[in-house]
Amino acid sequence: MISLETPKKFKPLVTQAHQVAAEVFRPISRKYDLAEHEYPKELDMLASLIDGVNAGGEIGGAGAAGVRREKKGSDNGANRNGSNLSTVLSVMELCWGDVGLLLSMPRQGLGNAAIASVANDEQLARYDGRWAAMAITEPEAGSDSAAIRTTAVLDGDEYVLNGEKIYVTSGERADLIVVWATLDRAKGRAAIKSFVVDRENPGLKLDRLEHKLGIRASDTAAFRLEDCRVPQDDLLGSPTVDVKQGFGGAMQTFDNTRPLVAAMAVGLTRACLEETSAQLEAAGLKIDHAAPAYAQHAAAARLQAMEADYEAARLLTLQAAWMADNSKPNSLHASMAKAKAGRTCVEVSLGCVELCGSLGYAETGLLEKWARDAKILDIFEGTQQIQLLIVARQLLGKTSADLR
Amino acid sequence: MNATERGMGLSLRALNRLAGSGLLDRVGQRSRVERLVYHGTRQGFRAAGATSRGFIAASKLARPARQGHARSSDLFDISLEEEQQMLREAIGAFAAEQVRPAASAADGACATPPELLAQASELGMTTLGVPEELGGVMEERSAVTSALVAESLAHGDLGIAFAALAPGAVASALGLWGDAEQQATYLPAFTAENPPAAALALVEPRALFDPLKLTARARREEGDWVLTGTKALVPRAGEDELFVIAANADGLGPALFVVESSTKGLLVEDEPAMGLRAAATGRLTLEDARVPAAALLGASSPEGEGRREVYLECVQRARIAWCALAVGAAQAVLDYVIPYVNERVAFGEPISNRQAVAFAVADVGIELEGMRLLTYRAASRADTGKDFARESALARRLCAEKGARIGSEGVQLLGGHGYVKEHPVERWYRDLRAVGVMEGALLV
Repeated sequence: MISLETPKKFKPLVTQAHQVAAEVFRPISRKYDLAEHEYPKELDMLASLIDGVNAGGEIGGAGAAGVRREKKGSDNGANRNGSNLSTVLSVMELCWGDVGLLLSMPRQGLGNAAIASVANDEQLARYDGRWAAMAITEPEAGSDSAAIRTTAVLDGDEYVLNGEKIYVTSGERADLIVVWATLDRAKGRAAIKSFVVDRENPGLKLDRLEHKLGIRASDTAAFRLEDCRVPQDDLLGSPTVDVKQGFGGAMQTFDNTRPLVAAMAVGLTRACLEETSAQLEAAGLKIDHAAPAYAQHAAAARLQAMEADYEAARLLTLQAAWMADNSKPNSLHASMAKAKAGRTCVEVSLGCVELCGSLGYAETGLLEKWARDAKILDIFEGTQQIQLLIVARQLLGKTSADLR
Repeated sequence: MNATERGMGLSLRALNRLAGSGLLDRVGQRSRVERLVYHGTRQGFRAAGATSRGFIAASKLARPARQGHARSSDLFDISLEEEQQMLREAIGAFAAEQVRPAASAADGACATPPELLAQASELGMTTLGVPEELGGVMEERSAVTSALVAESLAHGDLGIAFAALAPGAVASALGLWGDAEQQATYLPAFTAENPPAAALALVEPRALFDPLKLTARARREEGDWVLTGTKALVPRAGEDELFVIAANADGLGPALFVVESSTKGLLVEDEPAMGLRAAATGRLTLEDARVPAAALLGASSPEGEGRREVYLECVQRARIAWCALAVGAAQAVLDYVIPYVNERVAFGEPISNRQAVAFAVADVGIELEGMRLLTYRAASRADTGKDFARESALARRLCAEKGARIGSEGVQLLGGHGYVKEHPVERWYRDLRAVGVMEGALLV
């Protein structure tokens, strides 16, 4: 039965996340935007609270680990609202507060989502409670992640990693870094594996922290891996190079993390729309939903159009998460959600700055910051263009060789 | 477990109808030329409305019959009920086998073959909003089911879907807001053999038309209502026997009136448009058309209490219905362009190997999915008694804008081939623009 409302059982979680966003994130938003690279210590207590929520039983899924999929077999065909859905719902709320701070939440990194997606049970237990960042991008390989040059060579019972990694979100602060490296560059995608590297590993050398357009509360690190030795047991997924299976495991992470990033974009978009509605109302303008767009004030009509795009992005995101909860293949819908939410948050945030004029543009408010934060959401975890490639290949039935 | 227990409310009678309806019968069609001649001679003439059958209340109802509400679900869910799935498949088959092949000729002739309309009404599409005790098939009102029906039918052709579903809007209006007398008088005809053509007329011919600021007027005179004004793009105006007409009633504001086509002072003329041609759109002029006080729809008292809410609900439900048509037609565009761009070769390879083409297809897919979700959400809120003013407005906004863009993209992807009538995309381009123009006329 079609029902696209927030499920009743997640309402307490959503309320809680909203309170955190309003009471913890918003008051320190500007502070850590200005103080780039400073650790937001306010978040430590919050992280413990989230751990508590997650441990609290059935609802779960307030954080990145919520993307772990149920094993098939338990599925009796009944509709499920599980941790993928609850996670995107809470991420939306938290990013209504602040995207940069969400990315800085201890133990809620994309590396944690990757571990939750592909680690075996033993590994899952071993990494429990640790904060994991994700290292895929290299100076010469961004969207083309199959082209990465970081190598892993088995030497005894350890892999030896060599290469360079950039754009590692929370790279300085995390306990673990999930590093993508190739076992054999000649074998392409199939040889790419992910390795969990301890931040204290002497072979892992922090090069620098980036200065960015937005999400400045979140640290973005560059590393060198120099003969970085990693125990065999820290390889995620299967160690064999199965050319048929291809990217398999590594890419599977994206089906789960893209809805999360889409959810971040949705949360930020709503923050912009709410603020702009309030500003327009103060200026004496309100959307009249009964009237056609062309019969409204141009600013109200624009706001309504932006709201419609927001609603589409939001529902696409919930749909992708719901599909994951119900063991339906969702890579098409995950990419649709990410594409729509990514571009919507950029268009809406910039549109809102324009509508609010100097109030939107000046640092006295947060709109200008949100418009800067927004841009990354259309880039990381797969740019707009990569999402369109994935969607197009699926709709057209094409391989990555046909449609490059 | 029966359908009702599952909270669905679609009785098996509806499905039996589908099974027994002779879906595979071929539709006879008058030749296209004959229709063009017919149409050409009528163009420019104003005529009295069709002669309406004698609508008489055969039996009295103690109180108006109403369909129930669905229970709201506690969970987020995008899956269809089994019955909805079956209905969608059956109507999808009808749309593919009967509607699509007839679409081009119907567009050219500005008329849908009567046989096709008869089949559609046999399938029960126009009686989804009729309460069960008055011969309807649905125990519970389901805007979601109505939207699914509209979407599936529009995948065949938007114009024909409009023509086929238009009488259902009047039946729904009576089912939702009619009083016992109005229901007893008019509804039985809709479930009988040979149901009447009927139309819900809101749109007026002027720029920046706002359904809440009507220029058509209803004034009180000797206990009657006297209507003046003009309504545009009324489906099958010349054949309709019954209208529900929106007018600004003195002292009440916008309100709905039930008007029989034989009413003196009611004139119709053809008004063919850019699209929706299969629905034979016409203009309706009211020159002091006098109807009894009882013609006011949705008033809970003689003073007209409650009719503003009814009118707003009408506007909102209509918007959802148009969104559903847009979703069906936009899906048709996507389904058509995919094989085309995969097969069309330029510069030595399929054009879909180029990102400029492939990304355009991806965008159609993404926006279409958003349109669908917004439409379903608005409909499901209507079903569960939640407010849906904002949701229906946002769905309309998205479907009007992206729908038109998808229509344009469909033509663009076929290039010159898209511009000629050999392919249906030019028709979809014209039809999809209607979603931002139309108000009323259909209801979920």
